Amino acid sequence: MEQQDLHVTVNGEAHALACDPDSPLLDVLRAGLGLAGPRFGCGLGLCGACMVIIDGKARTSCDYPAWAAEGTTVTTVEGLADGDRLHAVQQAFLDEQAAQCGYCTSGMIVAAAALLAASPAPTEQEVREALDGNLCRCGTHGRIVAAVLTAAARHPGGPAAP
Amino acid sequence: MTLAEHGGASPPGAGSPPAGLAGLPSLAANPVLASWLAFSPGGTVTIFSGKVEYGQGVWTALAQIAAEELDVALARVAVAPVSTDGSPDEGVTSGSLSIQHSGSALRQACAQARALLLAAAAAKLGTAASALTVDDGQILAGGQPTRLSYWSLASPGLLDREAGAPVPVKPPGRWSVAGRSAPRLDLPDKVTGRPRFLHDLVLPGMLYGRVVRPPAVVAELLSTGDPELPPGVVTVRDGSFLGVVAPADATALRAARLIARAARWQVTESLPDAEDLKGFLLSAPAEEVPVESRRDEGAAATASTVRTAEYTRPFLAHASMAPSCAIARWDGGAVTVWSHSQGVFALRDAIAAGLGLDAGRVTVNHAEGAGAYGHNGADDAALDAVLLARAVPGRPVRVLWSREDEMAWAPLGSAMLARLSAGLDARGKIVTWRQHVWSNGFIGRPGRGGEPRLLALAHLAGGRPMSPAPDGPPTGAMGSTRNAVPGYDIPDLEVVRHRLLTMPIRTSSLRSLGAFLNVFAIESFLDELAECAGADPVEFRLAHLTDPRAVRVIEAAADLAGWAGRPRAEGTGYGLGYARYKGLAGYCAAVAEVEAESDVRVRRLWLAVDVGTVINPDGVINQVEGGAVQSASWATRERVTFDRARITSVSWDTYPVLRFTGVPEVAVRIVAAPGQPETGAGEIAQGPAAAAIGNALADATGVRVRDLPLTREQVIRAIEEG
Repeated sequence: MEQQDLHVTVNGEAHALACDPDSPLLDVLRAGLGLAGPRFGCGLGLCGACMVIIDGKARTSCDYPAWAAEGTTVTTVEGLADGDRLHAVQQAFLDEQAAQCGYCTSGMIVAAAALLAASPAPTEQEVREALDGNLCRCGTHGRIVAAVLTAAARHPGGPAAP
Repeated sequence: MTLAEHGGASPPGAGSPPAGLAGLPSLAANPVLASWLAFSPGGTVTIFSGKVEYGQGVWTALAQIAAEELDVALARVAVAPVSTDGSPDEGVTSGSLSIQHSGSALRQACAQARALLLAAAAAKLGTAASALTVDDGQILAGGQPTRLSYWSLASPGLLDREAGAPVPVKPPGRWSVAGRSAPRLDLPDKVTGRPRFLHDLVLPGMLYGRVVRPPAVVAELLSTGDPELPPGVVTVRDGSFLGVVAPADATALRAARLIARAARWQVTESLPDAEDLKGFLLSAPAEEVPVESRRDEGAAATASTVRTAEYTRPFLAHASMAPSCAIARWDGGAVTVWSHSQGVFALRDAIAAGLGLDAGRVTVNHAEGAGAYGHNGADDAALDAVLLARAVPGRPVRVLWSREDEMAWAPLGSAMLARLSAGLDARGKIVTWRQHVWSNGFIGRPGRGGEPRLLALAHLAGGRPMSPAPDGPPTGAMGSTRNAVPGYDIPDLEVVRHRLLTMPIRTSSLRSLGAFLNVFAIESFLDELAECAGADPVEFRLAHLTDPRAVRVIEAAADLAGWAGRPRAEGTGYGLGYARYKGLAGYCAAVAEVEAESDVRVRRLWLAVDVGTVINPDGVINQVEGGAVQSASWATRERVTFDRARITSVSWDTYPVLRFTGVPEVAVRIVAAPGQPETGAGEIAQGPAAAAIGNALADATGVRVRDLPLTREQVIRAIEEG
């Protein structure tokens, strides 16, 4: 496959990455940049484990072609914290112990961070709807919803934009 | 119960345990103290366990137990990764037994290590050990610092001795670390996206493999078609096992797809009719084994009302969030494997037996995978990695399954049928009960029934099909008949297992084994009998129970749910389910609120549990919440589909699970049971939650649905048949 340079800003750093433009953005992030947070779950954009924020919107990266990410700004779960200070959603996940196996966690956190950036005070139903594309097989949904609402309550004006 | 009966490998070379350790099976099998803990430089304690973490929080609870017994801060305790090279062999991490087995062993090993160190301190200080105390690892004499600590005292080799007769351990009344909710040790990595899973592990020089599975459960590879492949790809073929190794995963995946398109197979239609699971279960050859027989013909003769009903569940998938993954390196005669298996020792032995290797040359290292709910594809992926690594000696090869292969090729939880009949006397008491259970076996892990039981072995040249899965000893604690013996006071009772002797669809352990259907069946039937007797479901159960712990959890769940004052609304119903897991472990009662308007919707679940002494209350609640949600998903959504040749539910579209907008609200209450031994919590909710949902659906609709999953279509069918 022909390689092309992909120009993308990931977690605040500008990159020019040689990659197959048809490869999924997830491969570029994991294999190309060595990021572990976005995870492979299904390859079809149906489970949300690979979710990242692209130009402000939470998207599945396993079915997002690299060429479409040209010129975009991408934030993964690794890019949410401010140095040692966790993002409000990350901190709330810890406080609520909102995980079991944790494989879906980075996708959940990314989706929730994007939600709160756009809508700082969502209702519980809005949280559920925003996360409906993120599957959790361990059954920690209730804790995750509680964590997102906790993060929202702590930052009425919205957490720092990712 | 022995470890072996619960899915553990028989401890190799265990011989006769040291005196007094018979009640501590893991310690008896691994008696050297140094195999359980080490005082590491820098003031930390490393504990070793044979139990693996897969999201159930067991490592945090084990660390709490060690910190408590040693009198050190929890932050000082680190848990070593599990490996056949160095970890105590505790068999498989299954059956909700980690706290009982590993926890009890660690507690006793830590107590004995503490005593050894205090004796050493006493000798140095010229005082009696009884005058010494420990504060976060520092030795105090008469409450004053001594400058001695575990770390200054722990001479090399001090713990290289076998455990002696059990010493007293700290009573729960004096606990300050155990018995309290502690945050999970693994979550900081998981919320920040740090590499943590096997899927994140990149070894130097690592290559990437993919397997091209047959297009049907039974298929023979005729030719690979020899497609043109990207440069650097190695094709591996052995009989009908077909795979590729490439420098990058993307290349391996592309090559695997090219080969899959070009390969020619002879497909055999080998699967039963998916629309007639009852017919399949009742007509397949089976062995009939008595499970329990308590005959009282006098009591049985007093039955004035007799009812019979059949309940079924479909095949269920693990459907873990991550597809199975493994890494293997083949170095001459030695093989090193990285796997998220639940039983690294059994996997080591199975790989060795399957490939004719010396088990002493095979090492299996555990690394975390996504949540495991039983025997999933982890072990099979490990053999795949070994087979591909054999083609490129010296290079680690990482294999990742596709989502489709995960859904189609990982072992499944068996379809089941339970036929129940019971008789009520004139006073509305159950006097006789018969329960017959038809199912494929649930005990199909590597090594079970004397076979390696790894998927690819059947595909290799000369490979034989895997034999039907065993089902363990025929008891109410094991296999398909787990919880098939009702826990109620019934004078005349007989329970029989019918294990299928043919296995067209591969089955093995899935969370709670047969308990999911058996409890659903028993508790649904109990509501049907209560209706015959004109009794309230809660009162009817309490009238057949004398165990005070059972009574307490039912009353607690009813109280939590406001059972007595439950509202009456059109299309909404309430139901209760109860079981003591395995008939001998944790107690759980659940109440469900179900709405049946355009669809079947579980709105709320209330659960009360008694799991004996609790190490980490929030950990127990998390497990029970998760179990209840997963059970609700199984009960209302899930069903493996197949045609006559292959599994067809291979994506999240074709195997839907509950999502955020569909999951119920869950409330859990722990019923205190001071002085009672610890039991597991991971599986206790599966049966009671499903039963509560079934009963609530019947309450909401007025019809009884006996075939899982409880979908809108099944309700309509039950109305039409009713």
